[in-house]
Amino acid sequence: MPNSIIIDGNIAEDLWILVGKDATEIPAGPVILPQALWNESKDSLSDRGQVGVWLDSDEPPCLIEQDLESFAVIAVNFGSFMDGRGFSYGRELRDTYGFNGEIRAIGSFIRDQLFYLKRCGFNSFALEGSDQEEALASFAAFSDSYQAGADQPNPLFTRR
Amino acid sequence: MMPLFFLVSNEYSMYIYDKHDKRLIAERVAQYRDQTERYLAGNLSDEQFLPLRLQNGLYIQRLAPMLRICIPYGTFNSDQMRKLASISRDFDKGYAHFSTRQNLQLNWPKLEEVPDILEELASVEMHAIQTSGNCIRNTTTDQFAGAAADEIEDPRPYCEIIREWSTFHPEFAYLPRKFKIAVCASAADRAAINLHDIGIDIVHNDEGETGFRILVGGGLGRTPVIGTEIVDFLPKQHLITYLEAILRVYNQLGRRDNKYKARIKILVRAMGIDAFREKVESEWAALKDGPSTLTEAEFNRAKSFFVSPDYKTIDANTSAAQLKDQGLQNKTFGKWLERNINAHKAPGYASVTLSLKPTGYAPGDVSDRQMEAIADLADQFSFGEIRASHQQNVILPHVEQSNLLELWEKAKELGFATANIGYLTDIVCCPGGDFCALANAKSLPIAEAIQRKFDDADYLYDIGDIDLNISGCMNACSHHHIGHIGILGVDKKGQEFYQVSLGGSQDRDASLAKILGPSFSTDQVPTVIETIINTYVGERTDEETFLDTYRRIGLSPFKEKVYAK
Repeated sequence: MPNSIIIDGNIAEDLWILVGKDATEIPAGPVILPQALWNESKDSLSDRGQVGVWLDSDEPPCLIEQDLESFAVIAVNFGSFMDGRGFSYGRELRDTYGFNGEIRAIGSFIRDQLFYLKRCGFNSFALEGSDQEEALASFAAFSDSYQAGADQPNPLFTRR
Repeated sequence: MMPLFFLVSNEYSMYIYDKHDKRLIAERVAQYRDQTERYLAGNLSDEQFLPLRLQNGLYIQRLAPMLRICIPYGTFNSDQMRKLASISRDFDKGYAHFSTRQNLQLNWPKLEEVPDILEELASVEMHAIQTSGNCIRNTTTDQFAGAAADEIEDPRPYCEIIREWSTFHPEFAYLPRKFKIAVCASAADRAAINLHDIGIDIVHNDEGETGFRILVGGGLGRTPVIGTEIVDFLPKQHLITYLEAILRVYNQLGRRDNKYKARIKILVRAMGIDAFREKVESEWAALKDGPSTLTEAEFNRAKSFFVSPDYKTIDANTSAAQLKDQGLQNKTFGKWLERNINAHKAPGYASVTLSLKPTGYAPGDVSDRQMEAIADLADQFSFGEIRASHQQNVILPHVEQSNLLELWEKAKELGFATANIGYLTDIVCCPGGDFCALANAKSLPIAEAIQRKFDDADYLYDIGDIDLNISGCMNACSHHHIGHIGILGVDKKGQEFYQVSLGGSQDRDASLAKILGPSFSTDQVPTVIETIINTYVGERTDEETFLDTYRRIGLSPFKEKVYAK
């Protein structure tokens, strides 16, 4: 059975292969590479077209800032759901660097974080441990927000 | 001129929800109700539910859950107080506790009833959002905001702007640790801005424009630190983008490997203020002048909620003379006037502090009946307005001076007229080991024992201003580091002991208290405090407060007396 992910509010088959940090070889097909492996091997990957990369909790987006155009997807790993660094990484990727591709949450995040993750620029979610269909309800936890986010650049005070 | 019929008693000077606020708060209640149900059904683990309930104010305590209800920047009204009273009666044991961050705590709510409590709160535009957890907490300010004679502006519109920005902030709900912001706009700092993660000092430049001097990295807890200035004048329109930049740097670089080193103060100290500022400025460059830049229209909207009540025109001199006479005729009233009254910006008015520190009662505790009585006093004497102070007292901000005698008499009957504000018995005290799961030692019995030792009103008067703060553990909820006298409960092989420190201050001249020496047993504490006070009385010059004397003579004379064999 293929892995499914939530992407843009729908459940879809996940076509990407997530490559672990300890991998020494890069498998064929669409891959999401760990940041370090990407930076080591990017010169030899030029014939692959667009690839994916993933950042661990302690790897800020500035590590891949120069290569954003090479990526179709950037995944951010949540080592623990309590580690909120990824929320800022999402906003930097979307707002500061203007990355337009897929930003995917992977790892230990939970369903109850989906609304905030989406506001921080994430649009795909490899949600584990919860029913993905049921989890979709969490995107609608709030109908509006006070402050600006990646999904709504204008804070509420400009729209009251 | 407003038509008269508009001036009904419920025209409070406070933030009123519009349709957006109402909907968002209702959605929050529904969200938390669903989360509670999923938790009770076993679909959310304890670990996953933990931050969700904390960010809705719910702790699991030693004996029961504890719910911390938010009083944004300490401002609320009589209707809200009555609702808090009925909630404490219907869902708890009929009493509640004012905390040191201008919030109100219920000690015995049922976990499964918390969504109902939140719904009740929402009906009076209150909530428990972000009163706990590793997020941006309730923004606090001067309890006399909007009334104080020494303020340059009402700080509450800025607090409200910060409240809206920080509420449900998607990026900063899983910070390395909790994050507290305090705002001050007066000559005296009654908000302890030096001791918050971010302290905001509202200032005017030479052109008369409003801006902010921002301090960062202050805080208490295990490692008390006085905040450092990161910007001396931030033009007001940049407030939100600048705060966002600070938080973004902290969220990414703050330590997450050790909860005791996770506050922003540790990061600022490790990086140095210059390197930290450089990082913030670099993040800020991407945000500055963006859509979150505040507009004149937004400042005006925020200010429109905090208009002054409809004061009478009163001749200040006549009013002051009358009050003086009343004070001379009734000495007890005169003493109360000296302690429990704060100068008001409107002629003929005063702010009144109702003491929640009578001897024998837990500091900051109020019963449901007392809450209702306070609401009635607020309606009768203070335009329905009430404030909570971080010293755990309750304030009626706008009282006509000619009504003070009548108010005092009523307050006396109700037990709120203890003339001890700022005195040794106005003890700031956490719930401690009697209630709190984190505590190493009890704090309430220590407070009571000290109050009983110093129950002579004339003696207290003679001793003068002393801040005494008692925390039951190193988390320092009662800010023992900034008490002129601080007491910290410690655990020594299962026994409760108390460490005493001297010389803290939370005002503009903020300083951290120094530990006197080895800790004391429960029984020794009142006598130790007495020895410290006697040492002060023996050493002081005519005009010196306790803090003045301590700063002149230092720790040694106190130490010698206390530890003399």
